[in-house]
Amino acid sequence: MRKIYGFILNLALLISCVFTISPLLWMISASFMSVGEASQIPIRFLPQNFTLENYKILFSRLNLSRYFLNSLIISSSVTFISLFFNSLAGYAFAKYQFSKRDRLFNFLLSLMVIPGQVTMIPLFLMLKNLGLVNTYLGVIIPGMSSVFGIFMIRQYVLGIPDSLIESARIDGAGEFQIYLKIILPLSKPILITLGLFTFIGTWNDFLWPLIIMTDNSMYTLPVAIANLMGEHAADVELMMAGSVVTVLPILFVFAVAQNYYIQGIIGGALKE
Amino acid sequence: MFKVRSSILLFFLGPAVFSILIFFVLPVAFALVLSLTDFDIYSLGDIKYVKFVGFGNYFKIISDPLFWKALLNTIYFVFVGGPISIAVSLFSALLLQSRLVKFKKVLRFAFFAPVVTTLVAVAIVWRYLYHPRFGLFNQFLMIFGLDPINWLGDPRFAMPSIIILAVWKNFGYNMLIFLAGLQNIPDELYEAAEIDGASFFQKFKNITLPMLSPTMLFVSLTTAIGYFQLFAEPYVMTQGGPLNSTLSIVLLMYQHGFKWWNIGYSTSIAFSLFFIVFLFSLLQLKVQKRGYIFTR
Repeated sequence: MRKIYGFILNLALLISCVFTISPLLWMISASFMSVGEASQIPIRFLPQNFTLENYKILFSRLNLSRYFLNSLIISSSVTFISLFFNSLAGYAFAKYQFSKRDRLFNFLLSLMVIPGQVTMIPLFLMLKNLGLVNTYLGVIIPGMSSVFGIFMIRQYVLGIPDSLIESARIDGAGEFQIYLKIILPLSKPILITLGLFTFIGTWNDFLWPLIIMTDNSMYTLPVAIANLMGEHAADVELMMAGSVVTVLPILFVFAVAQNYYIQGIIGGALKE
Repeated sequence: MFKVRSSILLFFLGPAVFSILIFFVLPVAFALVLSLTDFDIYSLGDIKYVKFVGFGNYFKIISDPLFWKALLNTIYFVFVGGPISIAVSLFSALLLQSRLVKFKKVLRFAFFAPVVTTLVAVAIVWRYLYHPRFGLFNQFLMIFGLDPINWLGDPRFAMPSIIILAVWKNFGYNMLIFLAGLQNIPDELYEAAEIDGASFFQKFKNITLPMLSPTMLFVSLTTAIGYFQLFAEPYVMTQGGPLNSTLSIVLLMYQHGFKWWNIGYSTSIAFSLFFIVFLFSLLQLKVQKRGYIFTR
């Protein structure tokens, strides 16, 4: 009985697993098909004439390497700057005593109920006046720090014993040295988790780069392929290759560090 | 707890706090002011043309059939797509939790992979899966002798199609949260129920569901808040069509703001979204005093 149940359960999971990843597998497979192969009846699951032509077109004629670079520069900058800013503030909120600290922190927390879309139009007008439309800074600036990040780091640093900081102070370490030499190394797990959230979130972000990057050469990958869709909607194989280039780096990053990512989600939702 | 000089405090807090104040709080205040004006494409050229209109934009919203259409579509997405997403998440968590399951890590990775993928890219992939002639879905239907469906082209099916995509894309996220919640239920409860001869469904109804209710609440509200912000799926797949059947609030806001430059009107749409999300967040804060709060 138990054996049969186990078999059915594993079979059901295997089938749902295949269903879940089949759109991604088909995307990868179709990206290697030659023109027209992806639009056939019956549907083709594997390429008949395996070709790299789609990727060649994307990177030579359609400038995809530029968009890839834009995405990489923006996502890495946002990740490192926000980790730096958020960890500075998160540490201060956790370990420093100052007047109105809790009020300031609660005020920041209350901002999380405001959906980002509310800020977009005024932010666009502000950045336009600063001449930051169509610049990397225009995308990076709104991501430089986040309440969520400050919060996560503060919670983690609260768990670091004061005695470690005290003994460093007695040894004559400055405040920034303590942050750099003690707090940062001890917070590595949360920094990795948060860094992953930020990198993946920024890489995947669509609405803000769509608004702020009006010049084709400054597009990020998601904006670029959404735009490509306009002219090349009929070129299924080409669009699939574009999607692969956009999605694969993220899947790779996630595969390497999935435990940190998953811990972050579970910890954020359930820790009491 | 340590006391430090205010210059040091400024060094640590300044970068994050000031960037949040300048690039988040200030724009929100600015948006509120803009929503009370008729700021449009002419004002963009010369600020002189801006006129204060009080709550005029908000009255206009109430009488704008397109806004109501967008609101109803979004509510459809939230209240049909949300529960389906959560049900699929819970169901897969229940299956995955069993000790009999093999290759748990592989399965978890596969179910979670869609969550991290770029929405725009997978929306493009799904556009082809939904293709009326060559798409995977219709070819599948035809194998069973069923009539093909014009998934994205038929106003009746366009929103359900977007919901299916959203469920596929998102269920892994809540699944993880449910899995963690399930692990927190003490085994003794099940053991005691087994001694009393409880059936599988009795255990589910009387132990699993009640013990999961805090998790369920958290998941429901964060999902609702996230789903209210529907944008990229209709932008890429349908542009809000056919016949505005997939027009969402954020898409309408985007069109007014950045296509037609009705900036005053667009910000008032954004504030309407804020108001709705705010209500849900209040609800979340009220019922979720213990757990963390955060929205994606």
